[in-house]
Amino acid sequence: MASAAEATPKWSRRRSLSWRRVARGAAPYALIFPVVAVLGAILGYPIYSLLRLSLQRYGLFELIQHKGRYIGLHNFGLVLHDPVFWHTLARTIVFTVANVGLTMLLGTLIALLLVRVSSWVRVLLTAGLVLVWSMPQVVAVQVWLWMTNPENGVVNYVLTKLHVGNYLQHDWYATPFSQLSMVTLLIVWGALPFVAITVYAALAQVPSELVEAAEIDGARGWQVFRDVTMPVIKPVLLILTSLSILWDFGVFTQPYLLIGQGHVIPSNYLMGIYLFEQGYVKTDFGRGAAISILMLLIVAALSVVYVRRMLRVGEAT
Amino acid sequence: MTHRQGRRAAWNLVGVALFVLMVFPVFWMVSTAFKPDDRINSFEPTWFPTSPTLRHFTDAIHRPFFWTDVKNSLVIVLVAVAIAMVLAFLAAVALAKYRFTGRQAFIVLMIGIQMLPAAGLIIPLYVLLARYHEVNTLTGVIVTYLTFVLPFSVWTLRGFILGIPKELEEAAMVDGSTRFGAFARILLPLVAPGLVATSVFAFITSWNEYIFARVLLNDSAKQTVTVWLSYFLGTSRQTDWGALMAASTLTAIPVVIFFLFVQRRIAFGLTAGAVKG
Repeated sequence: MASAAEATPKWSRRRSLSWRRVARGAAPYALIFPVVAVLGAILGYPIYSLLRLSLQRYGLFELIQHKGRYIGLHNFGLVLHDPVFWHTLARTIVFTVANVGLTMLLGTLIALLLVRVSSWVRVLLTAGLVLVWSMPQVVAVQVWLWMTNPENGVVNYVLTKLHVGNYLQHDWYATPFSQLSMVTLLIVWGALPFVAITVYAALAQVPSELVEAAEIDGARGWQVFRDVTMPVIKPVLLILTSLSILWDFGVFTQPYLLIGQGHVIPSNYLMGIYLFEQGYVKTDFGRGAAISILMLLIVAALSVVYVRRMLRVGEAT
Repeated sequence: MTHRQGRRAAWNLVGVALFVLMVFPVFWMVSTAFKPDDRINSFEPTWFPTSPTLRHFTDAIHRPFFWTDVKNSLVIVLVAVAIAMVLAFLAAVALAKYRFTGRQAFIVLMIGIQMLPAAGLIIPLYVLLARYHEVNTLTGVIVTYLTFVLPFSVWTLRGFILGIPKELEEAAMVDGSTRFGAFARILLPLVAPGLVATSVFAFITSWNEYIFARVLLNDSAKQTVTVWLSYFLGTSRQTDWGALMAASTLTAIPVVIFFLFVQRRIAFGLTAGAVKG
């Protein structure tokens, strides 16, 4: 509200000429025009061509010819009748729930831990988290491969030494389940810092008088968390959860590289990889476009909560 | 009191253990990079590089295409970020300083685009760039990088501009400056740290990007450093772990350094305002 008044300060209204008013009205549009134009060209057109491609037969031959053949909804029919699509979708949903659940739970626990430790531990742990946060995904994948390799990976050594079991020569990538578990470990490790540090910042907003009052009234730790802390940090948790859902549902780099470019098979596909293999690797761009549209629709449905929340943030200022 | 101190000591212990667990992979990467091969390949691990060597680093940088691909990454990232900053700054000013019809739609567009999964866009972008023969060119990749750098930068810069006290700008205008004068002399210097932070963060995101670069650049001499690193393992039976970890360390270093600088400024960009309600 304030910025509306600020855009037309009183002194200018007195001596305003009409062209000036027009210029002022046009100014925001002139300012956003370049961004809108660029995004329209590099995103608007591809999205339009995505719709068109999905209705066409478009393979390598058509790519060279620059011309697809219209086949109606055939691509969608193929995808929706493909059991691999449904299995992949189900697997991706389970994967997303597991990843987001673990990230949010552990992230919140770390944030609560940060409140309880001495300040030197807090500084140490925060520095560690920021370091982990800054690791590029591709680099993290290489480190994971090295730590978990069957011959002399440090993970096998430590687990064996700690008598967790005999992990000598253990192959962590033997089954789709263990492959995706490794991917989950990698993703949760990489995502924890952002969640932990953001929730910790939100915890600082919890009034300490309220916590103390609740404790004096005899509330237990869990009750204090549920009735005093939770209401304050809930908006932040909501945003972090929806962001994590969107990121994990569309994830590509970590599973693709950790499982290995030559080892992604239908039994360990996630949506991003399924799309990549069907559309790009097999050069069936029409079918790939149909899968993309289905995936984008799911993501759009998932992001409604987040977008509405952020819109409120944008409007509030 | 002792009970309380005991509890704090226990939490501290948990905190330190967690620190070790979280940081271990990064430590292990750097430690491996400096160890001689016989120490790396033995089953019994050597925790610290007691006789450090730089051989793996020289191996890594002498691998084919390392410098070419580093250069490609730099060109792509610097051009994309420079273009994005100019365009995004203008749009961010519009969002922060004006109310106009379509503002809400524009915000939805900026947030919505950031939500699109990259995997969903590679097919049309690939086909489109193939049509204009821009596959395997740096230009094609720069253009695609703008799709995620622009919306992020608009949103973050908007936050930084809002952070500037309005009174300062108004005071300048009362002093007889034009709106543009106030903008150039007051707003720009104040928002400069925000511009730096945003562009560094955009730099990091683009430097780390993998899928677009992987799909759009097939030629080893045209690839970015992340794609170069992802092909490092190659097909050889005997993996050169030392060189791989040295290469990983080298790829991560610029990102880590930059990140440590701007983390505090950017960290809350995504959720800023949500806390206040």
